[in-house]
Amino acid sequence: MVQDATVKTHVKTTINGELVEFLVEPYRSLLEALRDVLGMTGTKEGCNDGNCGACTVNLDGRIVDSCLVLAAEVNGKQLNTIEGMATPEGLHPLQQTFLEEAALQCGICTPGFLVAAKALLEKEPHPSEDSIRFWLAGNLCRCTGYDKIVRAVQKAAETPSKGSK
Amino acid sequence: MHPFQYVAAKDVQEVVSLLEQYGDRARCMAGGTDVIVQARGGRFDLDAMVDIKAVPEVMELTLNGAGLRLGAATPCYRVYQDDKLRATYGGIVDAASIIGGIQIQSRASLGGNLCNASPSADGIGPLMVHNAVAVVAGPKGTREMPVDAFCVAPGKNAMTKGELLLRMEVPAPAAHSGSAYQRFIPRNEMDIAVVGVAVAVTLDAKGETIQSARIALAAVGPTPILAKAAGDSLAGKPVTPENIQAAADLAIAAASPIDDMRGTADQRRHLVGVLTKRMLTKAIERARGAA
Repeated sequence: MVQDATVKTHVKTTINGELVEFLVEPYRSLLEALRDVLGMTGTKEGCNDGNCGACTVNLDGRIVDSCLVLAAEVNGKQLNTIEGMATPEGLHPLQQTFLEEAALQCGICTPGFLVAAKALLEKEPHPSEDSIRFWLAGNLCRCTGYDKIVRAVQKAAETPSKGSK
Repeated sequence: MHPFQYVAAKDVQEVVSLLEQYGDRARCMAGGTDVIVQARGGRFDLDAMVDIKAVPEVMELTLNGAGLRLGAATPCYRVYQDDKLRATYGGIVDAASIIGGIQIQSRASLGGNLCNASPSADGIGPLMVHNAVAVVAGPKGTREMPVDAFCVAPGKNAMTKGELLLRMEVPAPAAHSGSAYQRFIPRNEMDIAVVGVAVAVTLDAKGETIQSARIALAAVGPTPILAKAAGDSLAGKPVTPENIQAAADLAIAAASPIDDMRGTADQRRHLVGVLTKRMLTKAIERARGAA
């Protein structure tokens, strides 16, 4: 039975380990629900069509562009966002190395890069530079020229940098 | 964007009923990486988005002696994670590995790529050269059609009202077979093909003579193109640079490219020749490495 599209749908999901319930129009994206319904504005909107990766979140263990997921789809799923990366004890190692290596300038792409890079290191703790660049191809950055980001990921993974002395 | 209702369908019958009821006002959604962008961009106004990922049939990935059954909504990452699949269907894995970035591959499916029927689709040519068959469910039951005949115009496929793609069935290749796909894009990743070429070959036991070959082209016509004469020209021929060049020339003849923002018709014809030779060489290498 299909309801009126203006009737909000009830979504119950786990975000960063906490059970969250919210109401959202069925045609809204996960990105819109995170930012506009839940006020979790750490996830950024860049292109809103799946090219830039700024809105990257982790959905059931896989990174996705939250602009291309409907909010209603995440009912019963496990979501992890940038807000869950640091702990009360301190920054995630990737957040620390991004700061140390100055791997950001304007910062809009940064949450997406961090969530994506975290998923890479969980899958492959010591990735090669090629693996890092291939994995992060779905994240665009207009400020850094990428080298600093790659170095920050390498530093967090404690893999030697190609250009290191 | 026109407000639409979201329905997570539980079985094929429910999807068919919704598609019949809503006609053009409903679309199936697998990964959503095309359909959400299109709905948002105003290409169509929907009343219902039918999520098919909870329908078990469309999430299948089965590989056995008969071949591969690839559910229409099975995401790309499951295709390239499978080492056995990689060994047998190299060209299909090549395509699944380069459609979008990792985020897109978590969701996007080769079935969705086929339904979207883009002339530049990376996933369709490799299915064509592997003689894949599309299995479609609809109000009158299921029917099959070759992937070669599935795309009819840019963005248009051969399905009619109430139908959805269930899966692609790809026959097991003969011994000493190999396939490959490559596209030309101006950057390293994350772009739409200027030209793409898929090749599948079967060699004799010595790996010296081509028994059969199929070549398919992307982004050089209104639909992906099977360059049948080019592939057939290699049947029974020894692997030589001259024979590969002759097939590449026939592939160029099969292309009907246009000038657009991604490239000129002349550049595209040139690229068809270059990529056809490279992909024949790569598919032959893979066939020689195969059991």
